[in-house]
Amino acid sequence: MNYNSSSIPAIQAESLTKEFGDFTAVDAITFQVEKGEIFGFLGANGAGKTTAIRMLCGLLQPTSGSATVAGFDVFTQPEEIKKNIGYMSQRFSLYEDLTVKENIRFYGGIYGLSNEAIKEKTGILLERLKLHNEAGSLVKRLPLGWKQKLAFSVSLIHDPAIVFLDEPTGGVDPVTRRQFWEMIYETAYGGVTIFVTTHYMDEAEYCHRISIMVNGKIVALGPPSGLKNKLNADSMNQVFLKLVRQS
Amino acid sequence: MRTILFILQKEFLQIFRNKGMLPIIFFLPLIQLLILAYAANYDIKNITVDIIDNDHSLWSERLTHKIFASGYFKYHGTPQNIPSAMEDIKDDRADMILVIPPDFEQNLIRKNKQEVQILINAINGMKAGIGSGYIQSILQDYNIRIRKEWMHATAVETQVSPQINVTDAYWYNPYMDYKQFMVPGILVVLVTMIGAFLSGMNIVREKETGTIDQLNVTPIRKVHFIIGKLMPFWIIAMAELAFGLVFSWWFFHLSYAGNIWLIFLFAGIYLIVMLGIGLLISTQTQTQQQAMFITWFFFVIFLLLSGLFTPVNSMPQWAQRITLFNPVAWFIKVIRMVLIKGSGFSDILPYLMIITLFALIINSIAILTYRKKS
Repeated sequence: MNYNSSSIPAIQAESLTKEFGDFTAVDAITFQVEKGEIFGFLGANGAGKTTAIRMLCGLLQPTSGSATVAGFDVFTQPEEIKKNIGYMSQRFSLYEDLTVKENIRFYGGIYGLSNEAIKEKTGILLERLKLHNEAGSLVKRLPLGWKQKLAFSVSLIHDPAIVFLDEPTGGVDPVTRRQFWEMIYETAYGGVTIFVTTHYMDEAEYCHRISIMVNGKIVALGPPSGLKNKLNADSMNQVFLKLVRQS
Repeated sequence: MRTILFILQKEFLQIFRNKGMLPIIFFLPLIQLLILAYAANYDIKNITVDIIDNDHSLWSERLTHKIFASGYFKYHGTPQNIPSAMEDIKDDRADMILVIPPDFEQNLIRKNKQEVQILINAINGMKAGIGSGYIQSILQDYNIRIRKEWMHATAVETQVSPQINVTDAYWYNPYMDYKQFMVPGILVVLVTMIGAFLSGMNIVREKETGTIDQLNVTPIRKVHFIIGKLMPFWIIAMAELAFGLVFSWWFFHLSYAGNIWLIFLFAGIYLIVMLGIGLLISTQTQTQQQAMFITWFFFVIFLLLSGLFTPVNSMPQWAQRITLFNPVAWFIKVIRMVLIKGSGFSDILPYLMIITLFALIINSIAILTYRKKS
């Protein structure tokens, strides 16, 4: 079945659970992300967000429940999932001792892009980021904001169906954050599903829909405006605080 | 296959860009080869000797002269008595005291029998053992000469008991050149260091920088990743071995009795064992320090039980049994066999099979414990 032409949701999780010994990090979460959606995945530190993402990316075997990503099962087809997702972690994950161009070439190569495709992608990417003059500089010489934008672009190099962004704007200045979200919108507009975690509640407002996790459970799920109405709050910040205090 | 090429390209870029790594790979081995080859000298020379000559006779003079003429001993002094000579030993000024009793000459001539006393500082057991060995052979020689001289003087040939002379011929290393013996072993050490240390650290570095997470979400296959990460060090270590062999031939004037390609054949498989050990350690550690420390722990044991410095045959039984599982010991054995003795393929075939078995076992364990998932 072809994911692109079908009506399969981008991500579908049913009672997805992960236990580490006695500790339940993710407790039977159920949600669905539609194609092309910008889905915000919120929660306090230690709420289980990263564990959930790791399961969806095929890095961690769930304890129970079921989930599909781009139509592939997380239990049985993790390698298929990996071909169809992009991933950008909170820890900067390009090679600091390689140049911008070398990083692009390396990731393009391991995703199986042909040499012509790599060359073409490199050109487009540098153009889009206006990094032409820095193509030959080591990545560690770039400012953090540029690094993050580069990392995001590199995670899209193989045209994935879904991209997971784990706190992509941590430590970045407001102007760059703004630019970053413009890139996210542009990407989603092109049909790519965005699954993003963040600590910034203003960023949560940019998402089409958000879920809020507390102690391993999803306690709220819906569009930002809907959640604000439901909890009688003015901002996402209030929504978040109310939910966390409740439990 | 193409994936491996991309990883290889990246690894070489990173290795050659790493200002800390380059000297480790290229200069340290050279320095090590030079220092170790000259320092690890098993010819014991310069044993300092105190002589207490209580006789002061012509014959005692001849004995001391003979000892210093051998070239192994160095004259230190002639203290008056044993206690003051012991002071020299205590303060490390002398290694050995030779006490010639009074009436040495008289007894020698009259009773045809004499004893001397040798006191040796045995803190350095090897030096003491070799020193006493030298002295004994010198005394024996001295004996024979005296007898010969007197034989002529008295012309009573029948009285002399028959002598057995031992002539030594040192096979495979006729001049007892310790470099011929040590340098091949040192080359093994160098190759081992590159193989085990750098490969393990290189994988752990990806964990430290967090890039391993990024790689784990790509469709990169575990085996491709491992090969791509380890192969650069296989290539570098082989190049280093080639360099070491050429350098030793040119600089130390070593001669190689056997076929050099056999060494490369063995080293190629041996390195797979070492890279496997590095990989295994990298799967169990989170930081380069941890990896370094664990590798060092094994390296020291491997090295001390390798037969490089002390012969395996003189180890206790249980230690000899351990050396059977020590790849370093096998490689040192093989490199000495081939380079010094000129052993051929059929001679080293059993060892090739053993090392291949090691390679299979270690790498199976390493690959099984290396996970993309956690």
